Amino acid sequence: MFDSLSDKLQVTLGDLRKRGRLDEEAISRAMREIRLALLEADVNFGVVKDFVGRVRGRAVGADVLRSLTPGQQVVKIVHEELTALMGSGDSKLAFAPRPPTVILLAGLQGSGKTTTAGKLALLLRKEGKAPGLVAADLQRPAAIDQLEQLGRQIQIPVYAQRESRDAVLAVREGLERARADGCDVVVVDTAGRLQIDEALMQELADVRDVARPTNVLLVLDAMTGQEAVAVAEAFQERVAFDGIVLTKLDGDARGGAALSVKAVTGKPIKLVSVGEKLDQLEYFHPDRMASRILGMGDVLSLIEKAEAAASEEEQEELERRMRTGEFTFDDFLTSYRMLRKMGPLKGVLSMVPGLGQQLQGLEVNERELARVEAIVLSMTPKERRLPHVIDGSRRLRIAKGSGTSVQQVNQLLGARKQMAKMMKEMGKGKLPALPGVAGKR
Amino acid sequence: MARSWSELLGREGGPPESDDERRGLFSRLRDSLSKSRRALTGELAAAAFDPGDEGSWERLEEALIAADVGVRSTAELVRRLEARGPSIDLNQALSEEVEVLLGDPGILHVQASPSVLLVVGVNGTGKTTTIGKLAHRLSQHGLSVLLAAADTFRAAAEEQLEIWAERANADFVGSRRGSDPAAVAFDAIEAASARARDVVIVDTAGRLHTQTGLMEELAKIRRVIAARLDGAPHETLLVLDATTGQNGLQQARRFGEAVDVSAVALTKLDGSAKGGVAIPVAYELGLTVKLIGVGEGLDDLRPFDPGDFARALVQG
Repeated sequence: MFDSLSDKLQVTLGDLRKRGRLDEEAISRAMREIRLALLEADVNFGVVKDFVGRVRGRAVGADVLRSLTPGQQVVKIVHEELTALMGSGDSKLAFAPRPPTVILLAGLQGSGKTTTAGKLALLLRKEGKAPGLVAADLQRPAAIDQLEQLGRQIQIPVYAQRESRDAVLAVREGLERARADGCDVVVVDTAGRLQIDEALMQELADVRDVARPTNVLLVLDAMTGQEAVAVAEAFQERVAFDGIVLTKLDGDARGGAALSVKAVTGKPIKLVSVGEKLDQLEYFHPDRMASRILGMGDVLSLIEKAEAAASEEEQEELERRMRTGEFTFDDFLTSYRMLRKMGPLKGVLSMVPGLGQQLQGLEVNERELARVEAIVLSMTPKERRLPHVIDGSRRLRIAKGSGTSVQQVNQLLGARKQMAKMMKEMGKGKLPALPGVAGKR
Repeated sequence: MARSWSELLGREGGPPESDDERRGLFSRLRDSLSKSRRALTGELAAAAFDPGDEGSWERLEEALIAADVGVRSTAELVRRLEARGPSIDLNQALSEEVEVLLGDPGILHVQASPSVLLVVGVNGTGKTTTIGKLAHRLSQHGLSVLLAAADTFRAAAEEQLEIWAERANADFVGSRRGSDPAAVAFDAIEAASARARDVVIVDTAGRLHTQTGLMEELAKIRRVIAARLDGAPHETLLVLDATTGQNGLQQARRFGEAVDVSAVALTKLDGSAKGGVAIPVAYELGLTVKLIGVGEGLDDLRPFDPGDFARALVQG
């Protein structure tokens, strides 16, 4: 796996600290790394070119802040530029002065429109609206069934037309019925279509004319490659969408397509789908997405969650210990329980800067972690504090006590060692100084 | 001439594929790949390519990146072209090198009876649609097919597959939503053995390769299949969306680790996406594409032909 951009820049620019200024040659090297990282993240190559040009302009001659390494300085500029680029525009949905507000979802096949429709309806209800769903996907076999099943699951009415193959008609009737039932927001799920399919694009434009939506949202798969630009431009031209819903962000895609689409259409990303469960649709945070594209971890989200889960002192103490590399099994247990309170661990750990990639090898799953807890709980207080005393016979005892094998105990011992080492390195500033997690200066 | 179904399936018979149909595919693929003059060489102005000029190489790199070929495979292609010396015909040379990187797809392993095909992939890549089309082709070639709905997660997935089973004239083994997908696969093989069907195609729920629990579930499905029938699954097919960028490589890697993927089906090539991610998937992971999806119709699944694909990609 490639390292994160921030790590790479640290290496590329590491020796510059003494000089205190970013010179031309160093910047060229840095820009090359940035270019590659963005391309690996599937940002459109044209967008990358412009972007790198802008960053270069800002970096040339910039004084390196005393508190930052040159690498960090460049990362900071890149992060700011990315955030600015993705952040402009309103991420809120618009609501019609006279209900119902109509939200039309459009996109390629398989981008996740139907699931998004269900999730969006649920999100809107949580905000106090009375949503309804209209099925206008008359192409894919069983698409209506899928929407109806979703509707039943979240108890939101679905208006579908089974007899006709006419999407325009289905939408007109669906909207009328939804209005009559008192829905104040109606989400319209359309068929997936290729942007080059003239007939279906025309149908979409017709649906739009009938539905007169307050919001048209382009549903875009976060894993989309370079083609995202062509897709967005075509949908923009035909139905002039107002914003983007980025789906499947719970995978490990960097989501560079989001940046491309924002850059070429100027339309904001409004919502992101971060999991399969129906409540896993969130409003978009540009700074978090910037971090993700850069491979810097979703620091802010993590801090928010951590703050909600742990007391400040607890956290500071833990951080101090992590930085100095004295990361005992007691700490392991504390941090583990703290993380547990934050939600599914997979999500939480991927947000830690620098860990995202490294953790991929040692995939976390909840069952595994219950086992880890059992192993730690089978250690004596002394063993937890001073892991090096754990010899062969202690390992056997711990394995028996926790219902695991010696091999599993060994694995955990190895993992702790590695983690302590990693934490120590993070403490030394091998990663950008970010508040709260990676060490304060 | 592009590969025929008889070549892919390693058996004679089936409806004759006229030269026209086979050539037709090439031109269709070319059409879709070169939509809006976006074939590589169009962007490159290959005629003006000058191996001595730094800018020429840079434009070549950009064109490859723009086709989702990825940084590493792009570098490899450039290295190979540079090694060819100063006077090269870029079109020809690049097509050849792309073909080499794509590797030899071999045949689709459906010779045993019953053969089991396990179909996997992330959400929304077109697994169910691909299965429907493949079942149709296999039926045409005289193989009796049974479709197993082991996607017990997504709403209405079973209904979707059942509709395809009817269209393709295949048997269908359903499931209740939320039931154990491995059990569905098991039952399907039982049924196929009892009814002497030739090919079982197991549809699974789309899942992101980062979802450990779901990947374990998939590995279990594979284990159950392997335990029920010697040599099965005979083919584990990863369905990859051609619109996918570099994450496709990661998908192939993770699914490969979980269920030992044996081949790739590249779908949605009828869009303007070039599907260049097939190159790093083949070159870096050794996973070759065997099937491509070029449209929504029943006949729009085709055997993958590396040379054809390379030429369409490069020359338009």
